Amino acid sequence: MSTDSHSHGDDHIHPPPSNFLTKYVFSIDHKVIALQFFFAGFAMFIVGGLFALLLRWQLAFPFQEIPLGLGKFFYPNASGNLMPPETYPTLVTLHATVMIFFVIIPLLTGTFGNYLIPLKIGARDMAFPTLNMLSYWVMPPALLMILSSYFVQGGGPGAGWTSYPPLSALPQASTSSGTGQTLWCLAVFLVGCSSIMGGVNYLTTIINLRAPGMTLVRMPLSVWALFITSVLQVLATPVLAAATILLLFDKNLGTSFFLPTGVAVGGQAITQAGGGNPLLFQHLFWFYSHPAVYILILPAMGLVSDIMPTFVRKPIFGYKAMAYSMSAIAGLGFIVWGHHMFQAGINPYMATTFMVSTMVIATPSSVKVFNWLGTLWGGSITFATPMLNCLAFVSMFIIGGLSGVFLAATTIDIFLHDTYYVVAHIHYVVFGGSVFGIFAGVYYWFPKVTGRKMSEFWGKVHFWMSFVAFNGVFFPMHIVGIGGMMRRIADPTVYQHLAPLQDWNVYMTMFAVVLGLSQFIFIANVAISAFRGEPCGKNPWEATTLEWTTTSPPPYYNYEKIPVVYNPPYEFSVPGMEKDYLMQTTPPEAV
Amino acid sequence: MSPEFALMPEQASSVSAEYDALLFTEIGISVFFGVGICLAIMFLAWRYRAGSEVDRSDPPEGDMRLELLWSGIPLVIALGLFVWSAKLFITMRTAPKNAMELHVIGKQWMWKIQHPGGKREINELHVPVGKDIKLVMSSEDVIHDFFIPAFRVKMDVLPGRYSMLWFKPIREGTYRFFCAEYCGTSHSKMIGRVVVQSPADYASWLSGGGNNEPPEVAGKALFESFRCGTCHREGLTGRGPVLDGLFGKQVRLAGGGMVVADENYLRESILDPGGKIVEGYQKLMPTYRGQIGEEGLMQLIAYLKSIAPDGKQPEEKR
Ligand code: HEC
Ligand code: HEM
Ligand SMILES: [Cu+2]
Ligand SMILES: [Cu+2]
Repeated sequence: MSTDSHSHGDDHIHPPPSNFLTKYVFSIDHKVIALQFFFAGFAMFIVGGLFALLLRWQLAFPFQEIPLGLGKFFYPNASGNLMPPETYPTLVTLHATVMIFFVIIPLLTGTFGNYLIPLKIGARDMAFPTLNMLSYWVMPPALLMILSSYFVQGGGPGAGWTSYPPLSALPQASTSSGTGQTLWCLAVFLVGCSSIMGGVNYLTTIINLRAPGMTLVRMPLSVWALFITSVLQVLATPVLAAATILLLFDKNLGTSFFLPTGVAVGGQAITQAGGGNPLLFQHLFWFYSHPAVYILILPAMGLVSDIMPTFVRKPIFGYKAMAYSMSAIAGLGFIVWGHHMFQAGINPYMATTFMVSTMVIATPSSVKVFNWLGTLWGGSITFATPMLNCLAFVSMFIIGGLSGVFLAATTIDIFLHDTYYVVAHIHYVVFGGSVFGIFAGVYYWFPKVTGRKMSEFWGKVHFWMSFVAFNGVFFPMHIVGIGGMMRRIADPTVYQHLAPLQDWNVYMTMFAVVLGLSQFIFIANVAISAFRGEPCGKNPWEATTLEWTTTSPPPYYNYEKIPVVYNPPYEFSVPGMEKDYLMQTTPPEAV
Repeated sequence: MSPEFALMPEQASSVSAEYDALLFTEIGISVFFGVGICLAIMFLAWRYRAGSEVDRSDPPEGDMRLELLWSGIPLVIALGLFVWSAKLFITMRTAPKNAMELHVIGKQWMWKIQHPGGKREINELHVPVGKDIKLVMSSEDVIHDFFIPAFRVKMDVLPGRYSMLWFKPIREGTYRFFCAEYCGTSHSKMIGRVVVQSPADYASWLSGGGNNEPPEVAGKALFESFRCGTCHREGLTGRGPVLDGLFGKQVRLAGGGMVVADENYLRESILDPGGKIVEGYQKLMPTYRGQIGEEGLMQLIAYLKSIAPDGKQPEEKR
């Protein structure tokens, strides 16, 4: 297969750039670009987290002052340091938009995709290094736009991360649908471009640049996951780009793709409106955004599948089943988008069809879970920080997957749609799943990136605090959701039936503060360990895949000699060997 | 947590009990699997911790039979849930033929409701107990969502389109309804209450003061004042199709294709007449966009329905 990929012969090593600008800023080195995505993504994680804490504060103590006079800082235009009512939806919108488009996607595909793909398949760089650089450099403008949208006239975008028109398209209906929403459309469009460029690049790289002997079934599951994710990115993201552009046209150029005939706001007819269909936007949006939730989880599944065998000292259980089930998830992911529209007035028979496909997608998901369980079975497990985060990933994903099955049942969804139950679901999969997966990945590959280990002690403190606080914040959301608390409401105390639930809101907010603060342990651990951490060699975890054969950190060209691959990716505890693992590059003669 | 907290609101409609049964079945299954699998993880992690004395000879690496088993079981359970859920869902989305029809218009930030006799109310919905009630809903501006927790019903209310929701209250009392789709700054104030009364109380409430004319009567007046009849009448001078008996019929369109003349089709015919042309007619009808408001449309359509006495309820919309 890949034995013909000799275009980058062993004698062909590019010299590293010497100038600061080309080395660190406009770098074409996949490792530097990965770190750029990491720092941008993590900075935005803090911003998104701040939005979340402001939201939680409001839900626990509606329209009360934030302690320490912080209100002045966050709500500069407000009177008396209190949150203006129009700001709440902006916070909801920006929190979700930032977390999904600026944190999880850049961290999973931008950081891990970039760093790991070339190293793990034995390549010197991506197939298109300049395109790779470009895929990062469309992010800063997007980032500036989304951040500045908070401060513009009329307030930041406030129609939710789903931005359904007509609300998002008509400034008459909501002041936040003015400049703020325009900036949202542009920013999301740019992130989409970045995602498409990344996806094309990863696909080409994985198909063409695998080292000799790296057959498809010898690829680590993380590479499989990123490959499948890239297919989703390339096929689905253009639809999002189209939707945001059409929305932008409706908002600013007087078109009417999504505005039906006869819309009037406050009795004033909107003359521009006519012939459009607001459901069209929902179809376009979810045609992208359902596959996008798999863009958010598949790479994390891949990372976890790579990390677990190392700490269990046992090959992954059911390698092929793992790869097939990821492909099945991705394939089915394209025909389930209607489950977000069960209550939107679509034909009940069409809704039922979407229910079948959604129920079926639970099967490959549970196959994955059981295979991770099988991996533990008969192993010899060390509970290092990366492993703890992997176990959290698996168990939180189970809860999120099960709550997804509730929502997939059209009938159940009638009651639960648009309540905090959905909020609980998304956080179990995206925070409990993807974020713990990212943590696992950072703890695990940090030694490779910096040549130093992170502090195990602080790693564990961070893990346990996050894990407990996470469940403290999000588990009760299932209950308040079933109890009838709707999402995107600024003030639960105006609802009589929610009065008994208000205490829960206060507890959830307290856990949220703990969750937020514990992330500073992580940041400090990363920052201090990068300089003071215990130096480690090439292969501190005694893992088997290619990246552990080169120095830590890897040189500019990754491999002096392109490695030759002889073995499957997870050869641990092979009977009759003196070491308990076999590198992918160990030739059969040497065994 | 104060004592009045109940996990689900009271069961006040004909579907509430079955809905809850389905929900609690699913909660049971999920708790069983969720807790079971998480315990299994903890057990395996503890048993196979490094250094523990257990038999590790021949650790499994994969097993086809196991893979089939653990894809099969979830699939069967999921499909079982599917069948139950789908049945109930179709029931909940298909209004009984003779349901009493009320009109609901959502706008930022209030609900306007009109009864068959013409009586109107705002943010309150009076209904007789034990009757099938069908709400025909649309929005003037952005998307809203009509949610009555005690009845376990929820449906988006869209601009430019009618959506339906039906229920049969089984208990007298007052229940809350909410807007569940974020619709702008005062979304969380878009609240109202449903008052379920005995048929006698409902009748006396209806007759108590401030009665308006029924929507089809107002619609007839509109039909006349907009002079729809100059084209829509029998004979050679009528340049448009006769509208009597239209509602609920299949309409053959120019250029092929059929549509059912339901509320959405009538609405479109009035606001976007150029969109779908009836076979054998010219594109002559002017648009009434901007001239007839959301309520006027409801009334016109009520009139067109009233002159189609044997017009059945339209089939479900596409
Ligand atoms: C200038 C003549 C004219 C006037 C005035 C007019 N229409 Fe029409 N209408 C037509 C014609 C011609 C058609 C058939 C072609 C088409 O579908 O557009 C039609 C079609 C319709 C249809 C679809 C009928 C079917 O069989 O499917 C409806 C409903 C309708 N009109 C309602 C109205 C109403 C309500 C008014 C008044 C507010 C009105 N029309 C005023 C000429 C007119
Ligand atoms: C077992 C698999 C899953 C099933 C059956 C499932 C099902 C659903 C359904 C039916 C909804 C719509 C709920 C509603 O709005 O009423 C939903 C919402 C959502 N799901 Fe999942 N889901 C699954 C896995 C995931 C995963 C893995 C992710 C992300 C990593 C995810 C992220 C989301 C998000 C973000 C929403 C909310 C969208 C919004 O803002 O409205 N889901 N899910
Ligand atoms: Cu989805
Ligand atoms: Cu609302």
